[in-house]
Amino acid sequence: MKGISARIAVDFGGFDLDFGIEIPGHGVTAIFGHSGSGKTTALRAIAGLERFKGHVTVLGEVWQDERIFLPPHSRRVGYVFQEANLFPHLDVRGNLEYGRKRRGSGASIEETSKFLNIGSLLSRMPEKLSGGERQRVAIARALVSNPRLLLMDEPLASLDVKARREIMPYLEKLGKELNIPIIYVSHSPDEVASLADHLILMEKGRVIASGPIFEMMTRLDLPLGQGDSAESVIEASVCGKDIENHLLCVEFSGGKLFLPYQNLEVGEKVRVRILARDVSLALEQPEKTSIINILPATVEAVVESSPGQIMVKLSLGGTPLLSHITLKSAKMLELSSGLNLYAQIKGIALLK
Amino acid sequence: MPDLDDLGALRLSLELAASVTAILLVIGTPLAWWLASGKSGMRRLVGAIATLPLVLPPTVLGFYLLLLMGPEGPVGRLTQTLGIGLLPFTFTGLVFASCLYSLPFVVQPLQNAFETIGKGPMEAASTLGASRIDAFFTVALPLARPGLITASVLGFAHTLGEFGVVLMIGGNIPDKTQVLSVAIYNHVEALEYTQAHWLSGGMLAFSLLVLVVLYSIGKK
Repeated sequence: MKGISARIAVDFGGFDLDFGIEIPGHGVTAIFGHSGSGKTTALRAIAGLERFKGHVTVLGEVWQDERIFLPPHSRRVGYVFQEANLFPHLDVRGNLEYGRKRRGSGASIEETSKFLNIGSLLSRMPEKLSGGERQRVAIARALVSNPRLLLMDEPLASLDVKARREIMPYLEKLGKELNIPIIYVSHSPDEVASLADHLILMEKGRVIASGPIFEMMTRLDLPLGQGDSAESVIEASVCGKDIENHLLCVEFSGGKLFLPYQNLEVGEKVRVRILARDVSLALEQPEKTSIINILPATVEAVVESSPGQIMVKLSLGGTPLLSHITLKSAKMLELSSGLNLYAQIKGIALLK
Repeated sequence: MPDLDDLGALRLSLELAASVTAILLVIGTPLAWWLASGKSGMRRLVGAIATLPLVLPPTVLGFYLLLLMGPEGPVGRLTQTLGIGLLPFTFTGLVFASCLYSLPFVVQPLQNAFETIGKGPMEAASTLGASRIDAFFTVALPLARPGLITASVLGFAHTLGEFGVVLMIGGNIPDKTQVLSVAIYNHVEALEYTQAHWLSGGMLAFSLLVLVVLYSIGKK
């Protein structure tokens, strides 16, 4: 398989990490878990920054097995640290050239500076940069070092909200346009929902589940699909604009959705997020309602998520959607799997 | 005015301080790097030994070195076998002893500087394709520059000012082992206060200058 396969096992005494993954060789894979779940340690082991027992194979290259252990400088990996870790004695250009000189022939500095909009910063020293700029330079530095795999360790965690908003679009662009695989460590469901194509869930040093993001977000047996903040992520494409009503129409397997207008091209791929608590259910198609997004759905599973609260997993033409309702409503509707009904969606957010 | 012997002592002192500083930078830098970033359990013991000259009375150090380098000592036997002869009361012996004596003054600032850099920049360098040696020269050393300057100045100044070890190992041979601090002592013994003033005042001014330079670097 031309993907990424890794297994890392280590016993720290009191905390043991047993991390095994098989992920595709393209797209963004997020490793999601609470702090202390071992996700950063796993990432560092893939880069070779920590030496544990195991194997790491990236796109057909063996980086580590029983006999081989390539040091980090021999693994063609780009690593973006939580703290940007720029070299304080070199200006931005010097930082970018450091990796390029040693690995060579990746993306050019000019191209990459344009991509991350740091062209005007090239002659600045790192201490003169804002947190967000620093992290963008760090990403650029990793990219020009010609990596086969880009590892990002919570690149937004040490930034304030403003800087996060500034960087997010670049990260989304990175995921879309870069043709090398990215592994992105995060403990923020928002970042994961916006960026990841593939999700690995970690808890106490173990991988508890992994799979495509759209499935993982809505699995009722995982923490993400439980509780008040549960949400569904749907990939759709722009199918039209209703300028008069200031709406944008997007289409997916379950039908069409209308959301607040954004200037996007027809056909463009977007990702929308729907909170489970914003989805209510009706047995008959409601008429004369203020809700504009009403789609036919089939109940797939019903689970009591907390006393008096029910999480319903729906299928909208194959696309999973969660609905969080009260036990009382569930009883009234006599919900059971296979039931056909209507999902009324009160709020939709555009992710990218 | 200082006489000819005094000028000889001054030249000898400067030569000694310069050679010791140069040798200690070459030996002390890797040692400090290892102490700051190594993983071996030996680090504490080696660190303690490297710091020992800081707390030991110079005469004690001088006494043991004298025994060590003497005709019956292991170092003395080695140097004799190698055809170098005996080290006590020679300039080479003086350099050797001074290196040990001034070691902590070079190693400690370097070790602090390396520790301040932390793991981050070195790890970044390694993920950008730099081997450990490469990263040491292109990242760790440039970042430790303030520490290198402090170490050189302290090593130089401290060697210049030593007395006890020099007297035990070097003796008091004009133009061979008689350094400035010993020359001052001789003048005072002989009640030649004018000459003692010249040399002492010079040392005082020099030390002050060194500290001013040091602090202005630290402020930057």
